[in-house]
Amino acid sequence: MKSLRVTAILLALSLVGFVASAQSTLTGAGSTWVYPLVAKWAAAYQQNNGVEVNYQSIGSGGGIAQIKAGTVAFGASDMPLKPEDLSSAGLIQFPTAVAGEDLVYNLPGIQAEQLVLSGPLVADIYLGKIKKWNDPAIAKLNSGLNLPDMDITVVHRSDGSGTTFTFCDYLSKVSPEWKDKVGANTSVAWPTGVGGKGNEGVASYVQRIPGSIGYVEYAYILESHLFDARMVNRDGKIVSPSLKGFQDAAAHVDFTKAQDFYVILTDHTGPDTWPISGCTWQILRKNAPKETNMAVMKFFDWGFEHGQDMARSISFGPLPSSTVEAIKSYWKKELGYSL
Amino acid sequence: MSESGVVSRLEIRPMSERPKSVGRPWGLPADFLFHKMAVFAAFLVAGVLFATVIAIAFDSRLSIHAFGIWKFLKSSEWNPVTQTFGAFPFIVGTLVSSTIAMVLGVPISFGVAVFIAEIAPAWIKKPVAGAIELLAAIPSIVYGLWGLLIFAPVFAKTEPWINDKLGAIPGIGLLFQGPPMGIGMLTAGIVLAIMVLPYISSIMRDVFLIVPSSLRESAYAIGATTWEVAWNIILPYTRSAVIGGIFLGLGRALGETMAVTFVIGNSNVLSSSLLMPGVTIPSVLANEFTEATTKLYVSSLIYLGLILIAVTLIVRFLAVLLIRRLGRREGAKA
Repeated sequence: MKSLRVTAILLALSLVGFVASAQSTLTGAGSTWVYPLVAKWAAAYQQNNGVEVNYQSIGSGGGIAQIKAGTVAFGASDMPLKPEDLSSAGLIQFPTAVAGEDLVYNLPGIQAEQLVLSGPLVADIYLGKIKKWNDPAIAKLNSGLNLPDMDITVVHRSDGSGTTFTFCDYLSKVSPEWKDKVGANTSVAWPTGVGGKGNEGVASYVQRIPGSIGYVEYAYILESHLFDARMVNRDGKIVSPSLKGFQDAAAHVDFTKAQDFYVILTDHTGPDTWPISGCTWQILRKNAPKETNMAVMKFFDWGFEHGQDMARSISFGPLPSSTVEAIKSYWKKELGYSL
Repeated sequence: MSESGVVSRLEIRPMSERPKSVGRPWGLPADFLFHKMAVFAAFLVAGVLFATVIAIAFDSRLSIHAFGIWKFLKSSEWNPVTQTFGAFPFIVGTLVSSTIAMVLGVPISFGVAVFIAEIAPAWIKKPVAGAIELLAAIPSIVYGLWGLLIFAPVFAKTEPWINDKLGAIPGIGLLFQGPPMGIGMLTAGIVLAIMVLPYISSIMRDVFLIVPSSLRESAYAIGATTWEVAWNIILPYTRSAVIGGIFLGLGRALGETMAVTFVIGNSNVLSSSLLMPGVTIPSVLANEFTEATTKLYVSSLIYLGLILIAVTLIVRFLAVLLIRRLGRREGAKA
């Protein structure tokens, strides 16, 4: 009898605890790309502020659907929504952090960062127009290298992905033919090549197939020690991928001019700017309860301010302070309240 | 057929021929309950299937409306950018990879089952049967990773040989062209063959074991070899159950998602060569569903699911026809 009473009391207490914790839980869903960053911020945020952030990486499509349905406090997408789509659905969006991707290759005798590529060249390779590694167009940029007489095997992502969107957006900007024939989306109709599932799928194909080329996220290149290329950027400079290069891409965008931050970070100016940079957007509902939106804003504001080293440790570039300021004034303008 | 008197086959007899309790039909409440529960369970399964098909058909209405049926089936264009969708490469890939799986998997399953039922000494039967059944317990993602990381690199090394030898044969040589990547339609078919093996072989083994020993021993007594017993006595006796087992395996191959996605190469461009990458309906669903952002895109993916159900139904229908046909022929012979 006594033990029954104790059980009942414990049960009641745990229910109280559950209700209390439910009040300080923030839910988000969407992009798998930004998941490592949000998860890292969330763990630290819970320790410091006692608020639990529960983020489910179900994919950008799912994230957009969930925020529209109002089942989560924020959705995350790798592809920004167009301003007219945002306003018709009563949503707002803002960027979170910058990241980048690069081409990796498997060429006998050629080491990491020895190969130099340019946007139009990559577009022609992915269109299937350049088929051999010793093509004069590649050789012209790589006069010091002994390029083999080898077929190029193009590797792309098979799953829908923000990485694909950023890559194809870049190719659409540098190659009218790509824009015309293929375009940019999280999945596209690839003219040629094989598809690997996820960064690991693309990486494993490239590591295995001699003469192959693929695109993977920068963080994954560092982790897996893949051989990545240097690129010719918009200013005509040859650059290696780096966090600074991604941040420079964001810094050269005038976010105050772009409505709803609808700017994609590929192919921007600047001597050190990395051409295939991207970022992830967080999406909020305008008519969500003020406490909910405030809680989301507080979390990301905390991340922008205190999460920079955490972001760098997993190869995400923190947003430049000018961008963070632009986000804050955007919140005030769109929602009518601020932190 | 069973009237021939010599061989009575495994088959489901109609209700009217079955023995009934002569005592108290539905006399006990437990019996009554059991009857109702059995009926309920059967209808529940049928109801869930029916409801699923309705729901999938309903959710694919946008795409059906936009592309129709025939146009969707025969179009090879799958372009999320222009929002044009067609199912042809996916249907071909699904059928081809499953066919390879069956061509490789069925003979091996038959060999395994005959070995366990006829050849193996008693002490080895159990471990072999157990090992085969364990294959069914491995999650498909493990098959996928194994296929991608371990099998494909090894297979890539044999591909130049395949190119040289099989690729040189006029006609079927077209099936064996292409760079040695280790991934593609043939790799997917081989991985699928391993995955369906436990299903087909354990059903075959179970039914082979219940063949009456009088039949078997009579055959051996008049001088039949093991092969003749297996092919002429055991297989005809268990034919419909064996075909049932094969189609269970085929159903699994048609619907397999993860393992195929890892090793098939995921290219929508159709190729005549089995060494080139391909794509199947389940693999494109696994790849694109999470990031499908527009309604038409999602609807087209669900439409593909509807087509997969239709393909499976057609295959089942053909299986039933085949069993009937064989039955009639056997009956005529007897």
